[in-house]
Amino acid sequence: MPKNRKKNSPARALTLIIVGLSCLTLVIAFLLQDKNIALLHPKGLIAQEQLILMFIALGLMLLIAIPALTMLYFTAWKYRESNTKAEHEPSKRHNRSLVLVMWLVPAVFATVLALIMIPSTHRLEPNKSIAAENKPLTIQVVAMRWKWVFIYPEQNIATVNYVQIPEDTPVKFELTADEAPMSSFWIPNLGGMLYAMTGHNNQLNLIADTPGDYPGSSAEINGEGFAGMQFTARASSQGDFDDWLQKMKRSPAVLDTAEYAKLLKPSEDTPAAFYSATEPGMYATVLKKYGASEGHHGHY
Amino acid sequence: MKEFLLGKLDLDALPHDIFMIAGTVSFILLGLTVIVVLTWTKRWTWLWKEWLTSVDPKKIGIMYFLVAAFMLVRGGIDAIMIWLQQALSSGSSHGYLSADHFQQIFTAHGNIMVFFVAMGFIFGLINYIVPLQIRARDLASPLLNTLGFWLYVAGVIMVNMFFVLGSEYAATGWLAIAPLSGTEFSPGVGVDYWIWSLQISGIGTTLGGINFIMTILKMRAPGMTLWKMPMFTWGSLFSMIMVVTVFPLLTATLFLLFLDRYFGMHFFTTDLGGNAMMYTNLIWMWGHPEVYILVLPAFGIFSEVVATFSRKKIASYSSQVIAMGGVSLFALSVWLHHFFTMGAGADVNSFFGVMTMIIAIPTSVLVFGWIATMYKGRIKFATPMLWFLGFIGIFTLGGMSGVMLAIPPADFQLHNSLFLVAHFHSTVIGGVLFGIFCGISYWFPKIAGFRLNERIGKNAFWCWIVGFCMSFIPMYVLGIMGATRRLDHYDASTGWQPLYIMMFIGGLIIACGVALQVVQIIASVIQKRRLRDTTGDPWNGRTLEWATASPPPFYNFATIEPVTTQDALSEIKKQGTTVEPKYEDIHMPRNTGAGIYIAAFAFVASFALVWHINWLAIVGIAGIIVCAIARTFNDDVEYKIPAATIKEMEEQRKKDTPASAPVDSKENEDMSLWDFIKIVLKWALDVVRKRRLKTW
Amino acid sequence: MVNEHIAESHEEAAMDRVGFGFWVYLMTDLLMFAVLFAVFAVLRDATHGGPSGQELFKLPFVLTETLILLTSSFTAGIGMLAAHRGIKSQVLTWFGLTFCLGLAFLGMELYEFAEFIHEGHTWQSNASLSSFFTLVGTHGLHITSGLLWMGTALVFIWKRGLNAPLVRKLTLLSLFWHFLDIVWIFIFTVVYLMAFV
Repeated sequence: MPKNRKKNSPARALTLIIVGLSCLTLVIAFLLQDKNIALLHPKGLIAQEQLILMFIALGLMLLIAIPALTMLYFTAWKYRESNTKAEHEPSKRHNRSLVLVMWLVPAVFATVLALIMIPSTHRLEPNKSIAAENKPLTIQVVAMRWKWVFIYPEQNIATVNYVQIPEDTPVKFELTADEAPMSSFWIPNLGGMLYAMTGHNNQLNLIADTPGDYPGSSAEINGEGFAGMQFTARASSQGDFDDWLQKMKRSPAVLDTAEYAKLLKPSEDTPAAFYSATEPGMYATVLKKYGASEGHHGHY
Repeated sequence: MKEFLLGKLDLDALPHDIFMIAGTVSFILLGLTVIVVLTWTKRWTWLWKEWLTSVDPKKIGIMYFLVAAFMLVRGGIDAIMIWLQQALSSGSSHGYLSADHFQQIFTAHGNIMVFFVAMGFIFGLINYIVPLQIRARDLASPLLNTLGFWLYVAGVIMVNMFFVLGSEYAATGWLAIAPLSGTEFSPGVGVDYWIWSLQISGIGTTLGGINFIMTILKMRAPGMTLWKMPMFTWGSLFSMIMVVTVFPLLTATLFLLFLDRYFGMHFFTTDLGGNAMMYTNLIWMWGHPEVYILVLPAFGIFSEVVATFSRKKIASYSSQVIAMGGVSLFALSVWLHHFFTMGAGADVNSFFGVMTMIIAIPTSVLVFGWIATMYKGRIKFATPMLWFLGFIGIFTLGGMSGVMLAIPPADFQLHNSLFLVAHFHSTVIGGVLFGIFCGISYWFPKIAGFRLNERIGKNAFWCWIVGFCMSFIPMYVLGIMGATRRLDHYDASTGWQPLYIMMFIGGLIIACGVALQVVQIIASVIQKRRLRDTTGDPWNGRTLEWATASPPPFYNFATIEPVTTQDALSEIKKQGTTVEPKYEDIHMPRNTGAGIYIAAFAFVASFALVWHINWLAIVGIAGIIVCAIARTFNDDVEYKIPAATIKEMEEQRKKDTPASAPVDSKENEDMSLWDFIKIVLKWALDVVRKRRLKTW
Repeated sequence: MVNEHIAESHEEAAMDRVGFGFWVYLMTDLLMFAVLFAVFAVLRDATHGGPSGQELFKLPFVLTETLILLTSSFTAGIGMLAAHRGIKSQVLTWFGLTFCLGLAFLGMELYEFAEFIHEGHTWQSNASLSSFFTLVGTHGLHITSGLLWMGTALVFIWKRGLNAPLVRKLTLLSLFWHFLDIVWIFIFTVVYLMAFV
């Protein structure tokens, strides 16, 4: 019976949609148990703050979106043509106050969001140092094709595609690139990303509060080996970090100019490498190669 | 000598990889089929006279639809290949595509969908419908119209040309960010193909923008002030104003990248003073407004459809127009939100974040306006209304994720992740594509003379919704898990693979949706007589395009009567006047091949520049100039139809229109999908049994 | 009689539209130049140790170029006055003069480019020179197009005489020419004069 089919159709459609979406959610939740949902598992202050911001924004938006969508779908259902009980006013003139409300409600929400966003953007600016008890650690990062080179200037060691940091210690990552297109340095469990570009010296401040191994990658396509440009970021206790430093000092390899030149050659899926010493001022040399200096923080 | 003649072309340029060869063979077979059919049915002259050289915006509109539909399939195949690769390439398996090839595929996918599918369909709809809505007979410049269309086609050919020669496309992402797109990191011809396909079609778009603005501002029916225009015309006007504002930026930026690559200049290089960040700024100053250029006509379509199917005037016309204007204006001021992560500092980031937030305001006003329009309406849920309801849900999802991305610290975690990809697909598919589907199903009766099958249309709609949710909700989740976009392989330990597989299945469901849309059209053709639109107004429309026959005569309107209100047709129906029309002479533009010739030379010049064949480039450019000058010497560009002939044609048409077929009759329903399958099987069996082709 | 009137007003309406459309096109061209100006502003000091504008440019030479172009705008204006009065010979003379002045401007510009290239300062040397050559060169390409247009129009007028639609098209040409003149003033100021500040 066509008429019956039409009358049940919206209710049936709604039921199917709700059932479908619930099933989808359940399946996804099942598949993801024990997996690293990086943004929901912040392991450091910065990632935590960023997550809180996202939840606040989401909450505010749902506050306006859910009523609005409910109103829309309910209105559509109520005034369907088969509902002869609903009023029909084809030339209804809407009053001015309704128009005012239509503009004011979203404006208020946007203002609230903006008022939350502006201070938090300043607070979470990547080049802002993190206040903490422990002394900050500086790590200089050079993005190459297709690997990450980490130079610890104070400890005079270097690594490739592996970085270890002590917990509860503010880490200042200085980012640049050498003979590579724009890359993006990202450890999602610890915080947001920042671009590593030739001729620029960007600063990303992060801190880890839980020991663990966290995946890191380039989040900006930079050529064929892009997907393989991954590294491991290990946060360990201070004691473990010191032990690791000692081990590094015993490594046979050295990051001198010759080794650096070898690294510059494009290679994919480069395995982690460990160097017991580096040439002093290596990072500054890279910057100078592109006409930049350490004072230049990559703003334009 | 060989280098002078052929530039960088050599045997290596021929396809030598299995997928490329497959693509080449497909295109060649397609081309051959078309040539064979045309020759066998002796339709070459007809094609040339009636379609290729036509300046009728209705014909140009249909040609845009056909090319855009073809590119939708092409871009869709790219999408399936992407989904499949990512579903397979977990852990040690690197899928079935090389990294380089995979990167070319998603680059092509993005360019095709934005430039050739969305822009094509939108331009087709504006071409066909806007003149009808403002009671005009043609666009302001028929020549620019055909030229714009053929430049678009030249761009389409250029973006596929690498299948035949070159064997590579840009592998840089759809906007080819520098310095990755410079010669240092992309030495092949791929990026050059990218540059020229976008440059040619971009210039076509700019010309179209100028043309549409001229038309809407200068050729409306007498009495139709701006504040009486239909909503689709408004959406198109705002969109075209944005086109002429930002496409020149794209033209300049592509030109600069070309100069870097061809002449060794240093705008965006990593050495000798080049500034790659500047490229990012310039390209996004175009790129962000571009997506609003696509969505504003869609908003206009939805406003029309909601009003017509609610049988009610659009609520608060002024508010809707101002909201659309507000969206256009603010869209010009937000581009940096695409690269918060480049390190511009908190002040700059905050400014652009706030500006992005502001766009949500007029967009919400539009949604509230639609709710108010439906309130106390009497809503008929034909397929166009379904697309509207689907749009609201999905676009809101996209909008909310967009607001999240607009917050710089949040963006630091979400930038370039699959969350971003899901966001823009939600807005572009939910907004632009659904708007296009809505518009096409709404105006199909006007264009074709019969309406579309409703039942299969609904099936297609649901396939799209289910497929979309299945494909993009896992994508949001993957983004939250820290999955970056554009990865050709990933670690098995991430646990991403099941979600990628779900996305692939969703993609297959979307493909079913597209297939059903094709079936819908075929089924409608089969039931053409029953579905015929005899009145020209199958939906009881409110705007003037419904005041013509379906399809309209080539001159659109026999007489241009003045207009007095918004929703002009509703007013005319209310007044119910039947004044005897006063026929006047009509001037119509002649067909011209100038558009094709100029576009062909533009293609030749661009092709030459891709391959560094200098002499051929000069020939191409000279050809453009010569054709343009030749055209100016041509005085005979219009012809006149005397009033008496018009009167005859109108009266003949009224006689020829058959008695109205029952449109809403319950006894003969639209065929269902199962009916269609039965018909196809029966036909196939007939063919096998009788062993001869059925004559059409 | 009535049909002629309708035909002419139809013609006028068409020209009105074309005129409006041409203004819109000029705005798009202006935006494209704006990008080139912005790029120049960003890159002008990126000489990578090479010579600056101050060291390269010869102001008297460029001033002469500028005066030539300005004069050509003036002669184009006189030509338009003659066109509105329908005096074919004067139109040919004054636009012919404009053409020659435009050609001289172009010649001087090419000479300046040739000098730089001869000294080894090409568009490949550094970003600053890339942006200089592109901005000034794009203007030069526009001048070339204008000269082509002017030449064609002069041939047209010579062979077929003046008529109303032709005069309207000449108006568009003179609009284009004045537009290029204005852009040049900006180039002269931003590129050349400001190099010495």
